[in-house]
Amino acid sequence: MTPSRRDFIKTAAATVLALILPGSFNPVRAKTKAPVAGNATFSKNNIAHTLTAKRWAMAVDLTKCTADCTDCIVACHTLHNVPNFGNPKDEIKWIWQEPFSAVFPGEQHAYSGERLRKLAPPVFCNHCENPPCVRVCPTGATFQRSDGIVMMDYHRCIGCRLCMAACPYGARSMNYRNPRPFIDRINPDFPTRAKGVVEKCNFCEERIAKGLLPACVEACRQKALTFGDVEDTRSEIRLLLEKRFSLRRRAHLGTGPQIYYLL
Amino acid sequence: MKYQKWSLIIPGIVIFIIGATFPFWYGKGKASAPPALELNTPEIDQLAKKQCVEDTAFMRANHMKLLQTWRDEAVREGKRVYTAKGGRTFEKSLTGNCLVCHSNKENFCDRCHDYVDAKPTCFDCHIVPGEVKK
Repeated sequence: MTPSRRDFIKTAAATVLALILPGSFNPVRAKTKAPVAGNATFSKNNIAHTLTAKRWAMAVDLTKCTADCTDCIVACHTLHNVPNFGNPKDEIKWIWQEPFSAVFPGEQHAYSGERLRKLAPPVFCNHCENPPCVRVCPTGATFQRSDGIVMMDYHRCIGCRLCMAACPYGARSMNYRNPRPFIDRINPDFPTRAKGVVEKCNFCEERIAKGLLPACVEACRQKALTFGDVEDTRSEIRLLLEKRFSLRRRAHLGTGPQIYYLL
Repeated sequence: MKYQKWSLIIPGIVIFIIGATFPFWYGKGKASAPPALELNTPEIDQLAKKQCVEDTAFMRANHMKLLQTWRDEAVREGKRVYTAKGGRTFEKSLTGNCLVCHSNKENFCDRCHDYVDAKPTCFDCHIVPGEVKK
């Protein structure tokens, strides 16, 4: 039996709909809202004392920061359960030090002063305005918050390491093994990571949510680190950037890094 | 020749049917006891009104969905407060909220998960309070 033209079009339309509809529920980004009993609603408000900003940024005062001090690194790594695998190949780092010539290649020359040559600035995730890691992440595990923080959702990380290849700062580290046995002292207030997950600095978003400054800023005895909202013209970091000369790491790449090094 | 072929095929079919239906008749009549969950942690005993975030029936059926919703909203949207039925508010936190009352993971979470052979990966990363000392 040959279908009529009308029946053919009806069947075709139904087929197209059946094919399109399931596709609109993207399984990776799909959110399964729990059916909530009664008249419960999900609160739109946050905890009252959360620090908020239009764009979080950090300034590192290199006249105060000394090469032999690792206070910020120790504070960060103990707080965030960063493992120590004991070899540089597997090293996990949220904050680490690099010689000035490596942090700012091209800014050093044969006659640079001793002060610059001796510097070992702390380097972090730059929480870029235009983050290449977010662009390449296939699962949306790395994303940019509206306040500029480039964050990792470890639940979604599949360990493909595209972000590590994309990041021009080497700010991301991969857990090639289960990190738990390699954490000296586990901080029960922060999760560890699992094997096969990439991690990096999160600008202490868990502390900001509680109204606290990042752990590195608090740990720095030289007060070399300033954290604040660069979009706020009256913020401390903005005043520093107004007064002082600052460098950003590889800003010519167009990533818009948000760590400012004051010289 | 034909007779020899069938002498192999029929026992094969019989063995397959026995194997495929094994789970259905093996445990028949033997009811395995559902897990007994312990709700008598010191933290729960102190509560004036012993109620979880939502009703027990809801929590039993939907705690995994609720936790996943909490996870996505807290991590990705920064919404960290959950308002339950009746207006009570809770921080969306597994270790900082759920496991504070249910401080007996082995006798609460694990018993049911083992019974239904669910293998949640929550605790690969999230730390069970009490498992490590501060």
